[in-house]
Amino acid sequence: MTATTEQRDARPPNDDPHQIGRSNGEGADRVSGHGDGGPADKRTVVGFGFWIFLLSDIIMFSAIFAAYAVLEGATDGGPTSRQLFDIDNAWVETLCLLFSSFTCGLATIAAERRNVLWTQAFLLATGILGAVFLALELREFVDLIDRGAGPQRSAFLSSFFTLVGCHGLHVTAGLLWLGTMMAQVWTRGFQPNIARRLMCFSLFWHALDIIWVALFTIVYLFGVR
Amino acid sequence: MSGDDHQREDDRTPGSHQASVLVQVGTYTLGLVLALGLTAISFWAVRTHMLWGPGVPIGLCVLAIAQMGIHLVFFLHITSGPDNTNNLLALAFGVLIVFLVVAGSLWIMANLNANMMPMPAMMSPQT
Amino acid sequence: MLGKLNWSAIPFGEPIPLVTGIVLVFGISAVLALITLKGWWPYLWREWITSVDHKRIGVMYCMLALVMLLRGFTDAIMMRSHLAIAAGSSQGYLPPEHYNQIFSAHGTIMIFFTAMPFVVGLMNFVVPLQLGVRDVAFPTLNSVSFWLTASGVLLINLSLVIGEFARTGWLAYPPLSELQFSPGVGVDYYLWSIQIAGVGTLLSGINLVTTILKMRAPGMTYTRMPMFCWTALASNLLIVAAFPILTATLAMLTLDRYLGFHFFTNDGGGNAMMYINLIWAWGHPEVYILILPAFGVFSEVISTFSSKALFGYRSMVLATMCICVLSFLVWLHHFFTMGAGADVNGFFGVMTMIIAVPTGVKIFNWLFTMYGGRVRFEVPMLWSIGFMVTFVIGGMTGVLLAVPPADFVLHNSLFLVAHFHNVIIGGVLFGAFAGYTYWFPKAFGFKLHDGLGRAAFWCWLTGFYIAFMPLYALGLMGATRRMQHYDDTGWQPLMITAFVGAVIILTGIGCQVLQLIVSIRQRDRNRDLSGDPWDGRSLEWSTASPPPAFNFAVLPDVQGEEAYWGVKQSAIEDKRLADEPEYEPIEMPRNTPTGFITAFFATITGFALIWHIWWLVILGLVGAYAVFVIFAWRQDEEYTIPVEEVAAIDRKRRHYREQRLVADRKPA
Repeated sequence: MTATTEQRDARPPNDDPHQIGRSNGEGADRVSGHGDGGPADKRTVVGFGFWIFLLSDIIMFSAIFAAYAVLEGATDGGPTSRQLFDIDNAWVETLCLLFSSFTCGLATIAAERRNVLWTQAFLLATGILGAVFLALELREFVDLIDRGAGPQRSAFLSSFFTLVGCHGLHVTAGLLWLGTMMAQVWTRGFQPNIARRLMCFSLFWHALDIIWVALFTIVYLFGVR
Repeated sequence: MSGDDHQREDDRTPGSHQASVLVQVGTYTLGLVLALGLTAISFWAVRTHMLWGPGVPIGLCVLAIAQMGIHLVFFLHITSGPDNTNNLLALAFGVLIVFLVVAGSLWIMANLNANMMPMPAMMSPQT
Repeated sequence: MLGKLNWSAIPFGEPIPLVTGIVLVFGISAVLALITLKGWWPYLWREWITSVDHKRIGVMYCMLALVMLLRGFTDAIMMRSHLAIAAGSSQGYLPPEHYNQIFSAHGTIMIFFTAMPFVVGLMNFVVPLQLGVRDVAFPTLNSVSFWLTASGVLLINLSLVIGEFARTGWLAYPPLSELQFSPGVGVDYYLWSIQIAGVGTLLSGINLVTTILKMRAPGMTYTRMPMFCWTALASNLLIVAAFPILTATLAMLTLDRYLGFHFFTNDGGGNAMMYINLIWAWGHPEVYILILPAFGVFSEVISTFSSKALFGYRSMVLATMCICVLSFLVWLHHFFTMGAGADVNGFFGVMTMIIAVPTGVKIFNWLFTMYGGRVRFEVPMLWSIGFMVTFVIGGMTGVLLAVPPADFVLHNSLFLVAHFHNVIIGGVLFGAFAGYTYWFPKAFGFKLHDGLGRAAFWCWLTGFYIAFMPLYALGLMGATRRMQHYDDTGWQPLMITAFVGAVIILTGIGCQVLQLIVSIRQRDRNRDLSGDPWDGRSLEWSTASPPPAFNFAVLPDVQGEEAYWGVKQSAIEDKRLADEPEYEPIEMPRNTPTGFITAFFATITGFALIWHIWWLVILGLVGAYAVFVIFAWRQDEEYTIPVEEVAAIDRKRRHYREQRLVADRKPA
């Protein structure tokens, strides 16, 4: 679609000194790396945009982290982190999420090779591991509430439930998205827009695992020292 | 709108990678192993009494940052190549803001709380 | 069934909201009826409501902003008129619980629903055109962003007729905003309208950052971008960085109110100071989000109307990016008096003074741009000159307030109120008006009436000084902000003067409304066919007015700074346009109702959350998710404009350009 370099050079030089109107924006024959070869292709644009969104999401988490860090000691005479947190549960949750990141990566590799079977298999594994993570977390929440350590008990517990719960909500949203993606791959295969969405999903899922690293360190590990 | 999706010479998106299956699976596996190792060490550090107490929090932070780095490099393929400049700069900007918000808030709140008037015993001490 | 909602929510017993509400309902119904009778719905739906075109969305943002300016200003003139009489033994005509809602609504509307949409709208319209591309990175997301903002507008306006608004000020500090002290729905209206609009703004920020960094015309390196695009980049980076903090903080307050959490409550270990810390960590970058695009407008306007390239482009870029980073290092200056102590106050005080430096660099660069240029005092230039004087004064009072001991006297006084209005009106609003006048002919193909524009400017300028200079004096005398009544009748002459200033501004607004009506009626007289009515220097002036859907028939090949100026000069020298390019068919994104429908469900969910109608909340969320899924399955994302149509449209543009080239050559 684009005028080739040879056609371009064949025009008399002073006909169009500023060379307006020579490209349709593909810029395919210009080495860039800094976006000055014309607009980037859709995959690059979508990937970068989603990366910026992830960074904004991480900043949102950091505000809640800051609140947790400030309010961690505000137990109002109630139960403290040392009394409440179950490290073994956190360990299992961490393993679930870490392995789900791994299976997500394998799903990405399969998707790049347009292999529907393996992509769906690894996506399913990712989803199952994510669901186990959520189940463990929900069980922990219910248990805490039963013990009178619900979010209404103190500022510390409010911020704990909000921070961990916000991450859990993101995982839930991710699972809903995952289900939608699996359905789309099943019905439509690897159309360009679906491939882009899979890429965004895997970015999202890995980012959630990164946030979990910060979470289990600062909330659980710091909490039980 | 340019509709093409092929990867070109220029900027790569985060998460993209081009190599053989073996290399790619190997990358993820290596990342998994390293992350597992760092996680195990972190959990162990909290349980054991073999480490000097006051050093544990810093150690945990270092391990956490290292593990986040593992994720970024092995799972998200954030490298320092010229085609990744935008992604890296955006990440650096994000990290800067996170640092300012968290560190700034901790510093400010610590000072504010320290200057609160002494309250009757019913209020629990703040961080 | 309907949660907390019942007939008592409608303010039958309060005459002012009741009458306003009736007038609003009648007015809106009349407009809707007119549109129906004239059969305009298909056109509006097809061309505007479902549009994903950044130009249409930008125009809608600006229209929204201008309408909300009227609402916010109504609040202002009510306050000024009330304070002119509420001295000594008189209590004025607005009881405290009403007055408190008015100043809260005034601030909330002016910041979130006037200033933000105005600058976002200008950036949306102009940035892709200046970058030489067809649209923003994510056109459908752009539509979603706009309609979510409109949803927030709808909710906050609903609070006038159904229920009440917050009485907490525009930032809703706890513990006053907690359930214990604000049990009504007012704070909930505040929370949900801002959260929903905030999501829209964040998405818009992501969109524009991606567009500026990844989508530019061939040859447009970073150092060849127009200054407005640089300030847009900085502003949108700040949006991406700061709005998540707002979302998190308001969410925590929401959890306190809805689920009994203890983030900021007085009991349970809550810490209200944490709210203030976090909200200002957002709040300070927010004001830079507002002012940076205005700075960009001034760079464009001053260079165009000085007939000279912007002085010190690289230092301008550096100053802009410095402001971007520094804006995250000053936020404590909003609460010096909260008691962080001398070393913390000292650090943030010094940082606040430092951040004035890059702004000073910009002012000097603008002055040096004008110096030695052929200055044309068109209306946008008037706004720019008015800005430079007014903003410098406001900035200086800001540096004064940056000194913590001074701030201990002046915090939350009318001095502070005068300062921030000084910089926001003198900076953001003047910049918005300059941009509005400057780019109006590009958007609509005809200029705004010149005389009324000048009248509006002079009314705003004199009105501003007469309204706000007395407030500086009053602040130094000890007058507090958010004050419904004052005992010292010695203050009353100054309050009356301020009211007079507000009336002059009202006249200015009247001129602007009239200007729009007259301009539309006289549009053929003020028609601009060339697409370049101001002798512009950047790429948007190379397109037709209004530009076609695809902006550029072929993307321009950028060879230097001021991408269009060089092209224009060589066309004038060669006495002819460049050769006709090779046209190709163009793929454009399809219109979609996704944005509108998403916002519809967002509004329903927000309203239901405010009134605790839980079944409706679930319905709204399910509906929003359904929209997402349906959109995900959309097959036909783009449509193609055939090459003949592209060629025909572009040849027409070239024809008018050739006419203009010939006409300019003829002796005057």
